[in-house]
Amino acid sequence: MLNTHSFRKGVAGTFVALAMVGGPALAFEPEQPECIAPANPGGGWDFTCRQVGKSLQDQGLIPSTMQVVNLAGGGGGVAFAEVVNKRNDDNDLIVAASSATATRLATGAYPGNTMDQVRWLASVGADYGVIAVAKDSPITSLTELLDQIKADPRSVAVAGGSAVGGWDHLKVLIAAKEYGIDDVRAVKYIAFDGGGEAVTQLLAGSVQAFTGDVSEAKGFVDSGDVKVIAVLAPERLPGEFADMPTAVEQGVNAIGANWRGFYAPKGMSDEAYDYWVAQIGTLYASSEWKDVMANNGLAPLDLQGAAFEEFVSKSVASITELTAEITK
Amino acid sequence: MDILASLGDGFVVAFTLQNLGLALLGCFLGTIMGALPGLGPSNGVAILIPLAFTLGLPPTPALILLTSVYYGAMYGGRISSILLNIPGDEPALMTTLDGYPMAQQGRAGEALALSGVASFVGAFLATWGLVFLAPQLVKVALLFGPAEYFALFTLAFATLGGIASTNQAKAAFAAALGLGIAMIGVDGQTGVPRFSFGEVHLYDGIDFLVAIVGLFALSEVLVFLEHRGENTGADAAKKVVIGRITPSFALLRHCTPTMLRTSVLGFVAGVLPGAGASLGSFISYSMEKRLVDRNGTFGKGDPRGVAAPEAGNNAAAGGALVPMLALGVPGSGTTAVLLAVLLALNITPGPLLFTQNPDVVWGLIAALFIGNFMLLAMNIPMVGMFTRVLMVPPRILMPIVAMVSFVGIYGISGSSFDLLVMVGFGVMGWVLRKLDVPLVPIILGILLGNAMESNMRRALTISDGDWSALVASPLSIGLWLVALVGFVLPIVFGRVLRQRMALAKLKEEEGEVID
Repeated sequence: MLNTHSFRKGVAGTFVALAMVGGPALAFEPEQPECIAPANPGGGWDFTCRQVGKSLQDQGLIPSTMQVVNLAGGGGGVAFAEVVNKRNDDNDLIVAASSATATRLATGAYPGNTMDQVRWLASVGADYGVIAVAKDSPITSLTELLDQIKADPRSVAVAGGSAVGGWDHLKVLIAAKEYGIDDVRAVKYIAFDGGGEAVTQLLAGSVQAFTGDVSEAKGFVDSGDVKVIAVLAPERLPGEFADMPTAVEQGVNAIGANWRGFYAPKGMSDEAYDYWVAQIGTLYASSEWKDVMANNGLAPLDLQGAAFEEFVSKSVASITELTAEITK
Repeated sequence: MDILASLGDGFVVAFTLQNLGLALLGCFLGTIMGALPGLGPSNGVAILIPLAFTLGLPPTPALILLTSVYYGAMYGGRISSILLNIPGDEPALMTTLDGYPMAQQGRAGEALALSGVASFVGAFLATWGLVFLAPQLVKVALLFGPAEYFALFTLAFATLGGIASTNQAKAAFAAALGLGIAMIGVDGQTGVPRFSFGEVHLYDGIDFLVAIVGLFALSEVLVFLEHRGENTGADAAKKVVIGRITPSFALLRHCTPTMLRTSVLGFVAGVLPGAGASLGSFISYSMEKRLVDRNGTFGKGDPRGVAAPEAGNNAAAGGALVPMLALGVPGSGTTAVLLAVLLALNITPGPLLFTQNPDVVWGLIAALFIGNFMLLAMNIPMVGMFTRVLMVPPRILMPIVAMVSFVGIYGISGSSFDLLVMVGFGVMGWVLRKLDVPLVPIILGILLGNAMESNMRRALTISDGDWSALVASPLSIGLWLVALVGFVLPIVFGRVLRQRMALAKLKEEEGEVID
């Protein structure tokens, strides 16, 4: 289906391009807006596509329903390769991305692909990292936890939802490195299949600490089962998250945001690129989107167009550096 | 009494015309999806998510629709298992073992009706379990650390040998093959790709749905092609006489202890995160076989062999909702999809769900009860309709099976690569059938292999490589002991059993070995 689809889209795209040559200053408008979620239904990417697609349509920012296509595989690599190789000039297509995309691009987990092969559109928010312990843990602050790791790295097992070298792992390492733990490889990290499973094992007492996102920990924080000892945000989060201390205020200059956003095919026309950047930007500024963010524990991250492109490029560079340190 | 009052409120929520209609629709669509080979409950729910959202349903009705599909698919999975020897979904795998032989003996109607009743008993008891035990069972789930999970999966494999084959070595080979296939893809612990040969499509490993459809459905088509429509393989279905479509009271009474036992077992298996309905039906079947199979009739059309996995997998379906609702940790693939729906509806599952959204939770639970009765009512009289599938001659049915297999798999993943993998599995399934290697252990290996491996590695990382950590808690020691007994017993008693089986075989001239 995808192939005929892209063919049809290609024809449609050409048609639109021709139409624009013909008519003066005719603004781009997608014929069949489509969002690829590079994972199965249910994950963060799927949420990003569906929620943004729905909100764009509700607010009349796109002319028709956003079609969401789940193209799972290779941790987003299948979708990335598909966009680069087969749909490079599709003007109607946007693809959900997050820190995980940047991490995998940085570590070479998408074989043969780099971030320059697509155009980065805009962010729609960020899920800041948290480090948490069980409610009955003797540890009460990030510095206590890091001191214990420094003294005896084997005594603390940290659970997270990503693989070794993945984003949840890197967040602890960023904090550890900032605190002056030189050999970050000594930090004991246990990989689980998703944040939910990792929190459960924290409650079960199998591990001593948890690294994940605010949204993953929220339910358990509300119920009092876990206590967040550090949010990896530049300043305290608004609203109900205001009680969580930041790492920065504890003297550990660690910031880790799992941003959510979109990329588009490299060959997308400038008109189409500007269109998508503007629409997503308008959506981001709306009060409806603020509500969506509040309900889902998303914190502000307002970057569009060139600014977003630069942000992604920086985060890829810093992850590359950190990864080189772990593996050296 | 608090609980009953809340449940009463839930029924008030569920008893609206719209919600009842949605439950009915969900049950019907679910049964059909479950019956179609390859389309399991998780795909069924996934396919209908867009429908729920386009209808603009509020959270409770949307959830009622989707959980009805879920329960319906669990019921429906048994139909093609019994009639075609192709499991409709992966938890219905075990139902083929006795259901198909029953159908071959002309007792298809009986098997379908009995399994419908067993499904009802399992799901009904599990829903009560969900009502009363949800808060408590959350604590049980917390007893399972990585070491305990590893012991649990070992238990599953240790009891595997006696299940599907008369030849233990071939069963072990099949299990090892399945485990090997499970290793393909990115290692969840370190993010390093294994056996993927740089092929990005292999990074996520082999989807067990692709493997199941290939091994079972396509190999069936290949067997049919090989015999050019002669009276073999799939054509056996032609001989099937449906027989009576209501189970006798004596038969039901005969199976009642089995249904009750396996409901409890299935429910517990469902509650454990990650174990899910497949493990529920699998453990139910093997335990029941150990417990009551004195004459070696299991695997040859014993009604209890139909009742056990069906009660077990439907109970597990209910059980899997417990950790999903109470912890936000899905107990199975389908509940993972449901979890996604909850999140999309702005409901955060977790310890506070029962206090923060009581209308959603209790309305949902009440709808499960209602859906369950609807399914029972739907499944018993409609058995006749479902058995019509058998009247379709194989030369028409087999192309349909092939078509549904291809469309179903492509519909899920949208990847032509998966189709090639599926064809590969079809050929493999055909070869393995020729060699008389059982196919069930392969699937179980693919299904459980990764979880088993990563839990062992987690346990060892936590203990700094100290292997004794695997037997450090009373729970894991208990699980290991059961595993050991389950493995050793068949070897000790196997000889006696085989002699009896030989005797039984002499008496009745029909002992067809089923894969």
